[in-house]
Amino acid sequence: MAQTLPTPTTSSQRDQRSWLLVITATILWLLAYNNVKPVANWITFTLLGLTPGTRLGEALAFFIYDVPKILLLLSGMIFLISTLRTFISPERVRQILGGKRTGIGNLLGAGLGVLTPFCSCSAVPLFIGFVKAGVPLGITFSFLIAAPMVDGVALAMLFGLFGWHIAGLYLVAGMSIAVIAGMVIGRMKMERHVEAFVWEIRMDGGAAVEQQLTWTQRFGEAWQQVRDIVGKVWPYVVLGIAIGAGIHGYVPEDALAGVLGKEAWWSVPAGVLLGIPLYSNVAGVIPVVDALMAKGAAMGTMLAFMMSVVALSLPELIILRRVLKPRLIATFAGIVAMGIIMVGYLFNLMI
Amino acid sequence: MLTIKVLGTGCANCTRLEERVRKIVNDRGLQAEIEKVTDYGQMMRWNILRTPGLVVDDVLVVSGRMPSEDEITNWLAK
Repeated sequence: MAQTLPTPTTSSQRDQRSWLLVITATILWLLAYNNVKPVANWITFTLLGLTPGTRLGEALAFFIYDVPKILLLLSGMIFLISTLRTFISPERVRQILGGKRTGIGNLLGAGLGVLTPFCSCSAVPLFIGFVKAGVPLGITFSFLIAAPMVDGVALAMLFGLFGWHIAGLYLVAGMSIAVIAGMVIGRMKMERHVEAFVWEIRMDGGAAVEQQLTWTQRFGEAWQQVRDIVGKVWPYVVLGIAIGAGIHGYVPEDALAGVLGKEAWWSVPAGVLLGIPLYSNVAGVIPVVDALMAKGAAMGTMLAFMMSVVALSLPELIILRRVLKPRLIATFAGIVAMGIIMVGYLFNLMI
Repeated sequence: MLTIKVLGTGCANCTRLEERVRKIVNDRGLQAEIEKVTDYGQMMRWNILRTPGLVVDDVLVVSGRMPSEDEITNWLAK
């Protein structure tokens, strides 16, 4: 059989082209990212002729600099994370987590929750699939809490606006809440508060045979994610940065210390409550938080608010109601809220 | 006659997958019955962990990602 099959060569050639495209895009991205500041300053102070140090000048420079910077960072991070995520499937994760013990299982669950591709619209199938396959309820919750809380968009924006140490703190705090909340829920033995139909589903349809993805497919998938997410959040980013720029230029220093500072103990739970209805606007919330902090708001209070925005969302609670009885929903929301409040106070004490 | 089921509750990709499947069926003039499955109990028969899912003649061919037009065409041709 001397005949060669044409398909493998074309597919690897296509992969080479995809890699070339991604490398070119990366170089262009780095060039753009490193030139945002000089270009923004040039537009504000040379092209528009505003004076550095004036309120309008500073607010505008901030806006023109932050919008492209954050959008570039978001796109880059989402592309990178989504490419990595094509290597981890929830099916594999379920296999790993099946029958794991409390503690180590919760830690694994939370860690894999951060890494596994997952959107809130898949929360119900994922929940059913996990518990039916014997993943303990508490470990399933560790996974479900960590996945939205330690989310790529939030991390990318924290990194871009506050630096890696705050992004890192956020990651550790989010993981800890997911692990501990999952352990508590597991200990409470709440299996009977899962809707009965879940236990009755017969999975007799057979599973799909997942084929090996090519690099072209992985990059294609990641690019699709970038378009979906950035396409959805960019108006919030622009709005958030505009509000932030306004605060930056016009609100006097330390004006907020009394209301959102460390001494106002009630601002932590208030921030958590306020965050629940503000779902999916985390991209718009973070630039505002950034500006508020410059005016005296406390780090812990702001972190608690952000966590509540991503981890406790009204739409997700409503979706989960399909599989969880009210007692379990309330327990879940209550424990996570308590965890977030504790993290808020802790950071206010530490920083 | 093909039976095609799109599993999903209304996320962006689920709607997009249904549109893509309908377009291919139309373009190729295939005889097919397309059904959107939104009930969790029904859709979990195929043990999917992520939406959307695509079922052709009662066999799950893909779940959790958006397949390309070429892939879908291949599954429908079998």
